[in-house]
Amino acid sequence: MANTERYKREISAAAALGVLLLIVGIIAPSFFAPGNLRDLVINNVPTLLVATGMTLVILIGQIDISVGSQFAVCSVAAGVLAKTGMPMPVVFVAVMFTGAFLGALNGTLIGRLRLPSIIVTLAMLVIWRDALRWTTEGAWVQDLPETFQWFGLGQRAGEITVVVISLVLFAGFAWSLRNLVLGRRLYAVGSDAEAARLAGIDPPKVVFWVFVIMGSLVGIAALLNSIRFSSIPGNSGVGLELKAIAAVVVGGAAITGGRGTMIGTLIGVALLGTIGTALTFIGVNPFWEKAIQGAIILAALASDVALGRLERNGRSDLTGTSPA
Amino acid sequence: MEPLLKAVDITKSYAGVHALRDASFELRTGEVHALIGENGAGKSTLIRIFTGAVIPDSGEITLDGSKIVENSPSISKTLGIAAIYQQPALFPELTVAENIAIGQEISGTFGVVNWPKRRQRAKELLASVGARIDPEQIAAELSMPQQQLVEIARALGASARVLIFDEPTASLSEEDTQNLFHVIRQLRSAGVGMIYISHRLEELPAIADRVTVLRDGQTIETHEMNEVSSDQLIRLMVGRELSAVFPKREVDRGEAVFELRGFGSRAAGIRSIDLTIRAGEIVGVAGLVGAGRTELAKTIFGLVAPDAGEIHLRGAPISIDHPSEAIEYGIAYLPEDRRRHGVILDFPISANITLASLKHLSHLTGMDFGKEKEIAAEYTRRLGVKTPAIYNAVSTLSGGNQQKVALSRWLVTQPSVLILDEPTQGVDVGAKAEIHELMMALAEQGVAILMISSDLSEILGMSDRIAVMSGGTIVEILDQADATQDRILSLALGH
Repeated sequence: MANTERYKREISAAAALGVLLLIVGIIAPSFFAPGNLRDLVINNVPTLLVATGMTLVILIGQIDISVGSQFAVCSVAAGVLAKTGMPMPVVFVAVMFTGAFLGALNGTLIGRLRLPSIIVTLAMLVIWRDALRWTTEGAWVQDLPETFQWFGLGQRAGEITVVVISLVLFAGFAWSLRNLVLGRRLYAVGSDAEAARLAGIDPPKVVFWVFVIMGSLVGIAALLNSIRFSSIPGNSGVGLELKAIAAVVVGGAAITGGRGTMIGTLIGVALLGTIGTALTFIGVNPFWEKAIQGAIILAALASDVALGRLERNGRSDLTGTSPA
Repeated sequence: MEPLLKAVDITKSYAGVHALRDASFELRTGEVHALIGENGAGKSTLIRIFTGAVIPDSGEITLDGSKIVENSPSISKTLGIAAIYQQPALFPELTVAENIAIGQEISGTFGVVNWPKRRQRAKELLASVGARIDPEQIAAELSMPQQQLVEIARALGASARVLIFDEPTASLSEEDTQNLFHVIRQLRSAGVGMIYISHRLEELPAIADRVTVLRDGQTIETHEMNEVSSDQLIRLMVGRELSAVFPKREVDRGEAVFELRGFGSRAAGIRSIDLTIRAGEIVGVAGLVGAGRTELAKTIFGLVAPDAGEIHLRGAPISIDHPSEAIEYGIAYLPEDRRRHGVILDFPISANITLASLKHLSHLTGMDFGKEKEIAAEYTRRLGVKTPAIYNAVSTLSGGNQQKVALSRWLVTQPSVLILDEPTQGVDVGAKAEIHELMMALAEQGVAILMISSDLSEILGMSDRIAVMSGGTIVEILDQADATQDRILSLALGH
């Protein structure tokens, strides 16, 4: 089943990443110093978790632009809960549920009430961000317990824990999407919700649970991000939704749903996450980072459209429209 | 006299299936010319060729003696050809005046809208069709007949010389119909040529000058309206002898598997339906487009909520709120619109075949891909799906093979009740015969089959009994032995 034809979008993203690393490797080999790579990984694992959820959301033909605000809410919740003296594993679960609850709100409005996801999550983006600003009055959560930063394990072991948790979660979702019946249902709903309904699948239910998963992953990502620091700002996660959506699209997923893979998303996160640091290393002004990221997204979309046209032309003879 | 609009030897086929074959038609100035035929006879295709929405494979169209070399919806409009459909196509949020002005904008310097002039023009045009409608009203607030008049006014505003009416009276009351006829007669005396499509044969003598019958994509005969009876017309519409040979065999009918009692749904527009299907029986559902056949199937399958009556499965009442429940009960539904709903075009053949049975492939250790492959291989072989590989996307298949994949999906669920909605529409002759043979084999295995079809020869050739639907309910159930095409068609037409 695995062939180059099927994964050509993922392969082109991987090629772009390869070229980038090659150029950096030639001009500035110090980029590959262990310390730098470790920083890169640790900086990008929260984005990877959010992008993992976003892949599912985009696969079913929806979008979630409230993840940045959810991330901020969950980060503050992590700090506040930890300060009550709760043991860290309990905080972990509680923050995950906080995220799941926020996701369930989205899921109910979008899945059950059939409201358009772009509007619902735009509203949520504003609501959570401003609600948080109002409650925290811009103050950071400080005086966190000893056990909070790096789970009290020290930086090295803490970093390893964070990376391991993230990669295990990512791998679990990647495997499930490919190997579980549930994954097949997601693709069916994203390809054609009405056709899926006629085949006995319940699209509103699928939509609801995907948003719950999205929220839970945001919760976990927020916690794993927060424990890197000794205090938590009330405005974290600004622009996270763009990073996550961009990574998914660059990884070859169709923004209209029904097509995309987790491995593509991983490549997308790596490409967009590396580019900023890579630019610094080869001496380009880092202010170009965002502009170049934007160019990469446009390039991904353009090549997607071009590939789509090629595919359609290749089979146009066989798919004449039926008489009206 | 030179005809106003003339079509000669028009042929159009879709994926090898002929929608029109050497069809010829002519319309005179100041004439109302009725165009009639069964569902799928080619009326819509012919109309869409006139309006430029469809380009014919061969043939010639002339307007006032000059050939229309290139056609498109906008070209036909400038030539003065306009169509009025059963469902008016106004912009609901715009005013009547704005709707009339669209495409024929009267504007001053810099494209600024001249509002008083626009209102004035709308008023004049509305008056010319005898409509008392305020040009400032929002289109969505108008009744259906009012919207129709606005559309006619718009067409006249674009100086239409050929007006095509597609089932204009299908949802009009008697009084509104008479009003419309009045307008049509006025237009006739003004020299407008009109093509009038209708299933209501009884209203044709009152409005049409001539009538042309289409059957199987061919124009059969054209008559002066006062020289033919509606019985003659029905015979012409049906015409053919059973051309295809159907693999119909006697099957011992078993217990009553499926039963509807007083079944109805206001949301779906169906009411008081009583129907029993026994094991091994094929019940055909005949009726015109809009008679409620697909709506009945959808309501049974849990896609629309019923609000009256009961469904019984092997004597026990059941309720179905969602397709997944119907599938649990062993009911399968092959939907009408194959490309939109029957299959997922981007999915591989294998994934399409197993989509309704995923539950049985689910294991804790992951999906059983081996079993999926086995099932897909078995059914593509059994149904003769012609493909090099079961992992190819369904979009690479021909229409007939796509339909076999859609059907396979439901056979995998091993249904005891199988609802087929237009199972052979847009399918080539070979695949059609294979699907019919398969239906017979299923009946012999004791499956109860409900087959909706607009193809009367298929209805007569495959069914044990035939339920004729009209106006959202079953008007009569005929035994195959008593059924004729004429009889079915007159029941469907509400005679």
